[in-house]
Amino acid sequence: MAQHSRKGAQIQALTANRLADGIVVYLTADNRWSESLQDADVIEGKEAGEALLARAQPAIDGNIVVEPYLFEVVREDGNIRAASVRETIRQAGPTVRLDLGKQAELPGVHR
Amino acid sequence: MYRYDEFDHQLVNERVAQFRGQVARRLSGELTEDEFKPLRLMNGVYLQLHAYMLRVAIPYGTLSSKQLRMLAHIGRKYDRGYGHFTTRQNLQYNWPALKDMPDVLHDLATVEMHAIQTSGNCIRNVTSDQYAGAAKDEIEDPRIVSEIIRQWSTFHPEFSFLPRKFKIAVSGTPDDRAAIRVHDIGIQIVRDGKGEIGYEIYVGGGLGRTPMIGKKIADFVPKEDLLAYLEAIMRVYNMYGRRDNIYKARIKILVHEIGAEEMKRQVDAEFAEIRKTGALHLPAEEVARIQAYFAPPAYETLPDESTELNKAVVADRDFANWVKSNVAAHKVPGYAIVNISLKPIGGTPGDCSSEQMDAVADIAEKYSFDELRVTHEQNLTLADVRKKDLPAVHAALKAAGLATANINLITDQIACPGLDYCALANARSIPLAQQISERFADLDRQHDIGELKINTSGCINACGHHHVGHIGILGVDKKGVEYYQVTLGGAADEKTAIGDIVGPAFTEEQIVDAIETIVTTYLGLRQPGERFIDTYRRIGIDPFKESLYATH
Amino acid sequence: MQLIRNGKFVADDFATVGDEDALPDGAVIVSLERWQKERDALTARNTLLGVRLKSGQEPSAIADDLDKLAVVALEFPVYRNGRAYSYARLLRERHGYKGEVRAVGNVLRDQFHFMVRCGFDALEVADNITPEIWAESVGVFSLSYQPATDGREPVLSLRQRLAARASAREAV
Ligand code: HEM
Ligand code: SF4
Repeated sequence: MAQHSRKGAQIQALTANRLADGIVVYLTADNRWSESLQDADVIEGKEAGEALLARAQPAIDGNIVVEPYLFEVVREDGNIRAASVRETIRQAGPTVRLDLGKQAELPGVHR
Repeated sequence: MYRYDEFDHQLVNERVAQFRGQVARRLSGELTEDEFKPLRLMNGVYLQLHAYMLRVAIPYGTLSSKQLRMLAHIGRKYDRGYGHFTTRQNLQYNWPALKDMPDVLHDLATVEMHAIQTSGNCIRNVTSDQYAGAAKDEIEDPRIVSEIIRQWSTFHPEFSFLPRKFKIAVSGTPDDRAAIRVHDIGIQIVRDGKGEIGYEIYVGGGLGRTPMIGKKIADFVPKEDLLAYLEAIMRVYNMYGRRDNIYKARIKILVHEIGAEEMKRQVDAEFAEIRKTGALHLPAEEVARIQAYFAPPAYETLPDESTELNKAVVADRDFANWVKSNVAAHKVPGYAIVNISLKPIGGTPGDCSSEQMDAVADIAEKYSFDELRVTHEQNLTLADVRKKDLPAVHAALKAAGLATANINLITDQIACPGLDYCALANARSIPLAQQISERFADLDRQHDIGELKINTSGCINACGHHHVGHIGILGVDKKGVEYYQVTLGGAADEKTAIGDIVGPAFTEEQIVDAIETIVTTYLGLRQPGERFIDTYRRIGIDPFKESLYATH
Repeated sequence: MQLIRNGKFVADDFATVGDEDALPDGAVIVSLERWQKERDALTARNTLLGVRLKSGQEPSAIADDLDKLAVVALEFPVYRNGRAYSYARLLRERHGYKGEVRAVGNVLRDQFHFMVRCGFDALEVADNITPEIWAESVGVFSLSYQPATDGREPVLSLRQRLAARASAREAV
């Protein structure tokens, strides 16, 4: 549990769920919410993490998204990957239903 | 089965209207998430890993064909074409949108269904025996008292904010198929020396991180006093259950801390007071009114033997295997109980597509008096099928991909959603169940192994009943990597036991081999006629430890 | 904070005083501790009195004093803590208390209905609660399955009356 808040996390992105339909979204560099992890703003360090959380606040107050948090990512061959199993599943969809979730709906989403 | 009258309809409709208002207030921003969360949780709406999840109550697991068709329809219209039947005889949808939720509840209400008290710290859906009304040794149909409890507990003003969730299960037969000893309250229907029907009461059972077996605190509560007695238990719990620590808040901890004797004393004292007022005295007419809904269907007078059945068993090996594992004895001659496995080899335990739901609804309508059951082992049951119809039922199930012949065998596993869906999970459960079922797919081998229950949970909350699996598997997280801890010797029946941890956890790569090692060890040591659990009870954990860890 | 008493928004005629505060003139609500310590002085004042029970302080602690108390305030430290529902019912049904039973603390609109059913006749609510919200929340369910303190006729007995009427009609 709580793999997303593991200590020593260096590179992070911010995720939340959309209020109206619950779908997983990521905060982008230009403060939009994208369904794809590939669009996420990736930051480094504790202070930048706090700044990212602060940038999510208007969407919380505006009832656009809920339950925001930072989680660890890695950059690999130009792609952004989640570091934990949990977040990998979250950004792609269930590993037991490859026909469902972002892995089936969005181009460029892999596990 | 029970049908709503005008009063039931009105209450459920008022609930839909209330929730519609709450969702509107949330979407408009009038309610913050912190304010809204407890309100949605009172209605079975969770936020899960990928999306919202809605848990629909299936009271004591009984459904009509019409209701199942509606569940199929909702799956298609608001979800992704399927649902997940749970160990609490409920159905979960994994993808509904919050904005659609009031419409889903509205659609459910049209077929007398709801999501009331499917989450939150209240009295949850009452669960019962899937063979209710059909079992040979049944003392009384447990659905009668389950329905009475459903009504009494719905929107109970005093007990809607308990220290923690509260689960009640009822069994009407000495064979316990409802796992009553691992519930907050377990009710065993009994008959006393004078032939009167009453209730034996167990309290303080539960799974989760501190598994406990319920303690018997009453040998015989008379029928008319049941609600007064339950209210007494609830009041003692509401007043004295711990609220300082969520992990110690279940009634099992209270019973454990004060002891079953003291619990009994307090409940008895409260019961005596409540009984005096007479307000909860259950009138015989109301019991009779509800009982009438569960009157036996119009069984035909049939010979117990069916030539059609006997012929088909000889002619069709698949059918014969299915009869052997999935069909159970019925109390009425010429009838049988059919279990529909939702555990296809390599599939997700408990998942059912909308098409499959429609198919089962058709089969139930045609062959089983328009009714079916959900089992706490995540399967479905047709309780009243004529033996001569079994070949036709099998063929129809086969066409829908629902004829897996494995009830009570090693591939009939319980598994919670785990990390594929659940936000609380440490590890995945479903892929594990899939790999195990693929490893043991060979049916002859399954029959050779015999009855063996493997239960898997993706975290310590134990939704997958791992503590009471003959083999239990618990997903744990070690630094972001999934590991699996194994317990042996659990059971959820009338000989309920909590499994013993066998040793250090296994990796994802090791776990299926470890299960096979356990099975092989059992096969080598069993005596004729012994099931896995019998062998385990005789020889204990050491031989298994040895074969699992000696070579490592 | 506003007070709703018997469904009406009214001015609170009781002052809730802390354990160290000097007693003002007029009606007061004090903690159980202060009540137990200063019972004689308080009853000698000849003004209306109330006692406030925290979660965990059971009504039996004041059972013998109830005839001296015009208000028993029961605290919901957080709405999730539902102990006071049982306390309210015990006060009314077990101890026969006829005075005001007041819900204080984290008292939210989605709980009004349950509180009234359990015998609360006064609630201290947030300022954003309007008479419309009160009416909608308290009346959210027009029927009840179970008997409680409010004396509402449960569904079960409605059914019996309906059945009795039907069979009377048949008998004619
Ligand atoms: C997916 C969302 C779910 C969440 C958030 C969830 C949460 C929990 C939690 C926190 C507990 C521990 C309660 C305690 O120990 O006090 C628990 C127990 C349990 N849940 Fe779930 N659960 C979920 C799904 C399920 C499913 C799918 C099933 C059935 C397959 C299920 C059936 C149970 C059962 C049987 C228990 C243990 C019995 C007991 O309460 O002692 N839950 N759940
Ligand atoms: S056992 Fe854990 S992982 Fe499985 S459903 Fe329950 S909470 Fe989720």
